[in-house]
Amino acid sequence: MVHSAPVAIGEVHLALLLSGPRHGYDIKRAHDAWFPAERPLAFGQVYATLGRLVRDGHAEVVGTHSEGGPERTVYAITDLGRERLLTWLDEPAPPAGTAGEEIIRKTVVALHATTSGADAERVLSAQRAAHLRRMRQLQRRAASSDPVRDPGREPGRSTDLAVRLADRHALLHLDADLRWLEEAAEALRAQRPTSPPDTRTATPAAKDDQEPLP
Amino acid sequence: MSPDRPSDRTPPPDDVLAEPTHPLVRLTGLRHAHGRTPALRDVDLEVGAGTAVAVTGASGSGKSTLLHAAAGLLQPDAGTVELLGHELAALDDAERAQLRRRDVGIVLQYGQLVPDLPLLDGVALPLLLDGAALGPAREASRAALASVGLSTAEDAVPAELSGGQAQLAAVARALVAEPHLVLADEPVASLDPAGAALALDLLWGVVARGGALVLVTHDNVLAARCDREVRLAHGGVQHDLDLR
Repeated sequence: MVHSAPVAIGEVHLALLLSGPRHGYDIKRAHDAWFPAERPLAFGQVYATLGRLVRDGHAEVVGTHSEGGPERTVYAITDLGRERLLTWLDEPAPPAGTAGEEIIRKTVVALHATTSGADAERVLSAQRAAHLRRMRQLQRRAASSDPVRDPGREPGRSTDLAVRLADRHALLHLDADLRWLEEAAEALRAQRPTSPPDTRTATPAAKDDQEPLP
Repeated sequence: MSPDRPSDRTPPPDDVLAEPTHPLVRLTGLRHAHGRTPALRDVDLEVGAGTAVAVTGASGSGKSTLLHAAAGLLQPDAGTVELLGHELAALDDAERAQLRRRDVGIVLQYGQLVPDLPLLDGVALPLLLDGAALGPAREASRAALASVGLSTAEDAVPAELSGGQAQLAAVARALVAEPHLVLADEPVASLDPAGAALALDLLWGVVARGGALVLVTHDNVLAARCDREVRLAHGGVQHDLDLR
């Protein structure tokens, strides 16, 4: 069964290579940790994406790696790839109200990549600006088509109502995006300076704590 | 019936009305701390005529401190506040009070109405303190109360009002002297959607008449109705966005 590629899959691979060279299996694991709510990345997807990145000069093969297991190709980001990633980060996701997936991808990447040349505060600020401008347009359109404010218009047209309701739906979804962005920004400030990924496993003691004694 | 501003008042010789060449608000290098906690760090802000500015930011980012300083309700530790071309610190108390009553409408978060006055006189207060005769001042107050749907509450004292009614009355009072500038701290947070729409339309009337509106809010939809967003973080300006 073939799934369409997730949004911005190439950029996410590049972001995962920012902190240093990685092999495909490592990229898959890190991706699944960044986006736990998404379908785990298939290996075929990872190698197809890395192949395209190498073809386009955005990543390169820097060697092989084997820890007693199978030999694995190690990939690194190139200057061109870094440029592509930062350009993508600088472009806010479309403020469509239903672009949730791209907003999540871009914000998570910005939060992780902020020590490697990206400026997460700027990314979040640009996204907020794109959203607010769209929300302003939606409200101005609503005000100009309001029959109360514009008595010359024929009231109760069903197309007007449909547009108004759709605009309202978009407006409220954009508001929800902004609230989420605020929480993400708070999380960003709270976690500075960035700590390495948590690789600890639950200790037996921690497990015992969660189980009530008989 | 249009609201009848008592325009027959004779302006005092030191009248401090707006000159269109000045920004309506100019804050320069504002700094303030509550005890040891910094609330504002070198904030600059200019607001020109015909503009609505949203001041946003997380709780504790300095939004309300900024508004109180701009309104002259709080003396900042450093920096200058100019309203309609007049530096507040250079005015004496009487001049400052006159500027606020006549040209600056202020709406605070919880209404802040005078407890013992019936609404008709409470809303007329800026005009009465400014020397208007009782008759015309009450007439203007009546019109302002009607514009926020509170005609039936003219004789009520603030304690008899709901939170939303008190907030609407505060909006009426802020607008009764037809100010050039309105400074508002969460002016519709306690209102239902219909009341909020009514109050916001009235506040935006100030902008439509060439005045300016500075709104402290945590409401993104309201911020997105403004022409600019000034976002504060930890007492500093995080961004100043033109939304037009």
